[in-house]
Amino acid sequence: MISRTSSGFDPTAPLTPSGNLRRRQLLSSVAEWGGTAAAALAVGVLGIVVFTIVSRGAKAINLDFLLQGAPSGIGPELVGTGIIVAIATVIAAPFGVLIALFLTEYAGNRAATAVRMTMDLMNGLPSIIIGLFIFGLLVNHRKQTGFAASIALVIIMIPLIARGTQEVLRLVPASLREAADALGVARWRTILTVVLPSALGGIVTATILSVARAAGETAPLIFASSVFDPSRFSLNPFEALPNVPVRIYSLSEEANPEGFTEAWGLSLVLISFILFASLGARALLERSKRKMSA
Amino acid sequence: MDAVAGSAAAPTSPPVRRRRARGKRIDAAGNAILFGVCLLAALLAMAVLGLVAYEVIHGAQPAMSKFGLGFLTSSEWKPGEQFDLFGAESLLFGTLVSSFFALLLGAPIAISIALYLSLMAPKGVRGVVGPLVELLAAIPSVILGFWGILILAPFAHEHFEPFLHSVFGFIPIFGKPETTGSSIFTASLILTIMVIPIIASISRDLFMAVPRELQDGASALGATRFEVVRGIILPTTASGVAAASLLGLGRALGEAIAVAQVIGAGSKIETSIFKTGDTLAARIANQFPGALSELHKSSLFYCGAILLVIGIISNLVASWIGRRFSYDTGML
Repeated sequence: MISRTSSGFDPTAPLTPSGNLRRRQLLSSVAEWGGTAAAALAVGVLGIVVFTIVSRGAKAINLDFLLQGAPSGIGPELVGTGIIVAIATVIAAPFGVLIALFLTEYAGNRAATAVRMTMDLMNGLPSIIIGLFIFGLLVNHRKQTGFAASIALVIIMIPLIARGTQEVLRLVPASLREAADALGVARWRTILTVVLPSALGGIVTATILSVARAAGETAPLIFASSVFDPSRFSLNPFEALPNVPVRIYSLSEEANPEGFTEAWGLSLVLISFILFASLGARALLERSKRKMSA
Repeated sequence: MDAVAGSAAAPTSPPVRRRRARGKRIDAAGNAILFGVCLLAALLAMAVLGLVAYEVIHGAQPAMSKFGLGFLTSSEWKPGEQFDLFGAESLLFGTLVSSFFALLLGAPIAISIALYLSLMAPKGVRGVVGPLVELLAAIPSVILGFWGILILAPFAHEHFEPFLHSVFGFIPIFGKPETTGSSIFTASLILTIMVIPIIASISRDLFMAVPRELQDGASALGATRFEVVRGIILPTTASGVAAASLLGLGRALGEAIAVAQVIGAGSKIETSIFKTGDTLAARIANQFPGALSELHKSSLFYCGAILLVIGIISNLVASWIGRRFSYDTGML
């Protein structure tokens, strides 16, 4: 502590920082604590949100709750969301993969920039705008349909799938392509039988992640599929389908304790699906990346 | 496969030659078709984007021709037959203020998290905390908003707001807390939670890409860890971090549902952030389903058009900064 005295350098003093260096190191460790605290804060917020949903939602959940219609259950919403998201996935997945193929296999510099910009903008579109768009295109002067909701979700999913697919396509080893070229295989056959199969893991991952994102999307569904009867099961995508996010939203706007319990239950189901899907997709991606580099 | 069969049978006899010619035709067609389909998908995506802009502006047409640019400078929002007057000034104000506070609060936290993850965290911790922070982005906004109404808003109302008012009360924006927790302040907190994972994950990737030699060189010259961050890491990645923050801002500006749930749907411009307000996106989500007249609907479309313009600008600027300094920012 007293390594520097007025007489100057003292060789017997212990080697501890003093003065300016001490200040700098103190500042540095304060900053390090700040970083750690920020990370802890983010994880803490996630923990609090998930804990609240689990502890409050668990009270609501039982078999009847999952299988029956309102007032005792959420069955119709689960079925409706399943149908809406399934239709959206069936449309968005091929689209996203084709766009990724265009980017990696065909596009020149300028075309790639344009398409990538399109994907960025599409990804950055506020979902409420997509809702307005769907209303103007498919709902206005007609009626709400589950199909319109699916199309809205397609717009949300495409950039996610295209981006994820493109990233794994880039990882496909050039040697595979070269081997196919050397054997005289036509390009389209190489793409369909060599490139795509080896990127399959990544494509599936990207699709699952986009499904997880789309399942909880609320804003577009307010325009496309919000007027429904929560007590009736409906399988027809050409009428408004009951769905989880809109139900949570409308229950949260009513000040009704029983409604809140139902909303917590819905939130628990939705968030467990999303968390498991995200974590599963991540694990799958790690596995397929390892396989590709091996 | 056809090519292999062909080469095995060389020198060629007429049937083989014919078969090979057929194979070539098929391959040519296959190449053309696959290319065509891919191109079509890409063009269709661009067309959809154009169509989105067209539909939004088309829907806003009646309100645009009625109110013109005065829409931006009027705070009158009176739906119903006898008035039918609309103006978005207070919404524009609420949008900008709530997003600004979210960024002010969220960006430093997110950058700290990114620094922690890229420089300090032990490998095992990094592998757990990194994905957890990204999971924060996976929580649907409607659930976050619902949590916001029932848990965060009362908590903020009872603890944060009185505290901030008692300490910073001399600044007018930290006015007296109101009777409920629904306020611009609560909305900002929710938006902060949404913005953090976006900025943190992009910044982390940026920080990881800073050349090791630069950092080691600074350390060898006696710089402390914080000085390495301030002197090397932040200056080399500043543009990327700015782009990431802009992306986060874009997300905050456009968020509708969660904000609609917690902001309280006020219609005046207030100095205090503890009072209710409203944003463009939240107003659309709140009022569109029960819109009273075509002009009301059209005015909400007008709000959407404003939002679209703001969103596109912030995205383009972000990707311009990103590209200009050769970093791809398009993803979360």
